[in-house]
Amino acid sequence: MHDLLTGFFFWTAMGVCLVGVIVRFVSYFKGLDWKLDRVAYTVYPAAGLKGALVSIYRWLIPFGTHGWRTQPVITLLFFGFHIGAVLVPIFLLGHNVFLRDKLGFSFFTLNPFAADVLTWTALICALFLIARRLLLPHVRIMTTMYDYTLLLISVAPFATGLLARYHTGGDYSFWLNMHIFYGELLLIAIPFTRLSHIFLFFASRAQLGMDFGIKRGGRKGTNMAW
Amino acid sequence: MPQGTLCNQTPANTAEAVNALLSDTSGNTYYQEMKNLDVDSDLLWTTIQKSCKSRIKTWLEICARCGMCADACLFFHTSNKDPRQVPAYKIQSTLGELIRKKGKVDNQFMHDAMETAWAKCTCCNRCALYCPHGIDTGIMFGYLRGLLYQQGFVPWELKIGAGMHRVYRAQMDVTSEDFVDTFEWIVEEYEDDFPGLTVPVDVKNADIMYTVNAREVKHYPEDLAEAAVLFHMAGENWTISSTGWEQTSLAMFAGDWEACKMQVESVYHAMESLTPARMVGTECGHAHRATVVEGPYWAGRKNGMPPAESIHYIEWLAQALNTGKLKIDPAKRINELVTLQDSCNYVRNQGLKNAAREIISHIVQPGCFIEMAPNKEHNHCCGGGGGLNGLGIYRKQRNTAMMKKRDQILATGAKLVFAPCHNCWDAIRDLEEEYKIGIRWSFFKPIVIKMLDIPDHLKPEE
Repeated sequence: MHDLLTGFFFWTAMGVCLVGVIVRFVSYFKGLDWKLDRVAYTVYPAAGLKGALVSIYRWLIPFGTHGWRTQPVITLLFFGFHIGAVLVPIFLLGHNVFLRDKLGFSFFTLNPFAADVLTWTALICALFLIARRLLLPHVRIMTTMYDYTLLLISVAPFATGLLARYHTGGDYSFWLNMHIFYGELLLIAIPFTRLSHIFLFFASRAQLGMDFGIKRGGRKGTNMAW
Repeated sequence: MPQGTLCNQTPANTAEAVNALLSDTSGNTYYQEMKNLDVDSDLLWTTIQKSCKSRIKTWLEICARCGMCADACLFFHTSNKDPRQVPAYKIQSTLGELIRKKGKVDNQFMHDAMETAWAKCTCCNRCALYCPHGIDTGIMFGYLRGLLYQQGFVPWELKIGAGMHRVYRAQMDVTSEDFVDTFEWIVEEYEDDFPGLTVPVDVKNADIMYTVNAREVKHYPEDLAEAAVLFHMAGENWTISSTGWEQTSLAMFAGDWEACKMQVESVYHAMESLTPARMVGTECGHAHRATVVEGPYWAGRKNGMPPAESIHYIEWLAQALNTGKLKIDPAKRINELVTLQDSCNYVRNQGLKNAAREIISHIVQPGCFIEMAPNKEHNHCCGGGGGLNGLGIYRKQRNTAMMKKRDQILATGAKLVFAPCHNCWDAIRDLEEEYKIGIRWSFFKPIVIKMLDIPDHLKPEE
């Protein structure tokens, strides 16, 4: 099973994810329409690029926008979850050993203690995000089983990773296989579900940034105070 | 497919059609007919497939339903945090559902969508600033309005308004003759106080072509005279055009994109005929957005710009005061607490947040201007934007929505509110009528005229 998960399944999941991401990312920008969107995207490339980059950058910074600052609790939960969700899968030592073995290259690796802290933080924040969906009426009204399913798909690799990490339950190889399975499930889900926000966030933020940079004030010399 | 005689999928393209709608008191027959109006699902779905591209599709898909937009919405605030007023919920339960069902929806759905599109969102675009994914729900509601309009599910007043633009190229039944005659008449009325005051008509190559809001012609002609006075005092070489003089677009509020195009093209044609250096529009928010910000795209202008440089009245006024073309008598400056209503349509939607404040620095004594909180691009809509001000069936919802502006104004302690936007001006007038908080409200023009330091050669002879 382990060989299958780290062999065929791994390559399939990785391939589906990468191809899916590229296809969707390219088709997003190909689908932008200056007339329907009412933004002269190609006429003002400098203003558009500046608007896009500022729009992305400001929202990637914790408390970097009015939106983040006015809702500090959600901001902490969001960043607590997303920082771990992005950094740990890419920079965990174990993942990079695997990566070097499979692809012949690896990234900078996280200190194991830092990885533990980030993983626990992500997991705890995810639980609070689930609780928030259950408790707040204005979030609950929009939440369906689809949202909980996606949250579970997102959290499962972390939970199983920790179970394997601490040898809980006594069966390391079982939890490791579960961890790999859920990780691959997540990779496959990314291009086809709302998890596509992982990369479409950049596309959507860039679009609105271009809109403000080109049409809604950018060329008037006023910087949008995100 | 039952189509009503008044409520149907056909826009009001003739004066007779507009008059027939107008003669239907409060739209009683119109709304009665709407209850039986069929939905053309095939047309709806075909239109969606042609016009709903990656931007809106992606917004609907990646919306995390996190609810961060809730706090940005004045309707959420004024409804005691009703979860049904969360912008993401409102758009997902209307446009989102419409797309998921491939246009196969019934009459009741369209009625609910109409109420949501016009009475639960003023397209103020504020929530776009608070969504981590950069989702602009206001834009999506504008798009939804277009789909509803095409099917005949549009508030009565806005079907009339869009029809007016189609027939008269103005939001009211004001003809070119009415416009020029009224402008010339009111200027004559002011001539005794301002010798030499004229209204130049159809002058080619002027520095400024001035465009207005038709209701100034119909109901507030003094606004026209005040504009003439200030151009005269500033020594501007200006003109009006006898055609293409209307800057507003109720068609934009209605979602009648064809009429939007017709309307702005009439203004652009005037610009192309008279070739002014600049176009200056009156103190109106949606008029500026329609003609200057969105209009070029409706007209298919790839550079997103009108044929001539086009600025809002407050930009011209700020420049005239900053450059000394207009001089203020310091002794006449406002010496009481005063606040400013930032219009969504040109502040959030074109970044014009500094011009009004520059004007205020000239006309208000230091220490007397107090900002609303929040302000500038984060300011809340007046509560009557997006056409909601004029919709009889949604008056109750509008009055509730205005509570946000009422509370913002009350928090400043100011008794005078600058409202350089017709829509905001109306809403603030109505909120005073509804809630009686003891405030006054004004455009900039009448205030500035009262405190001008008039050069001797422009003063009336004693």
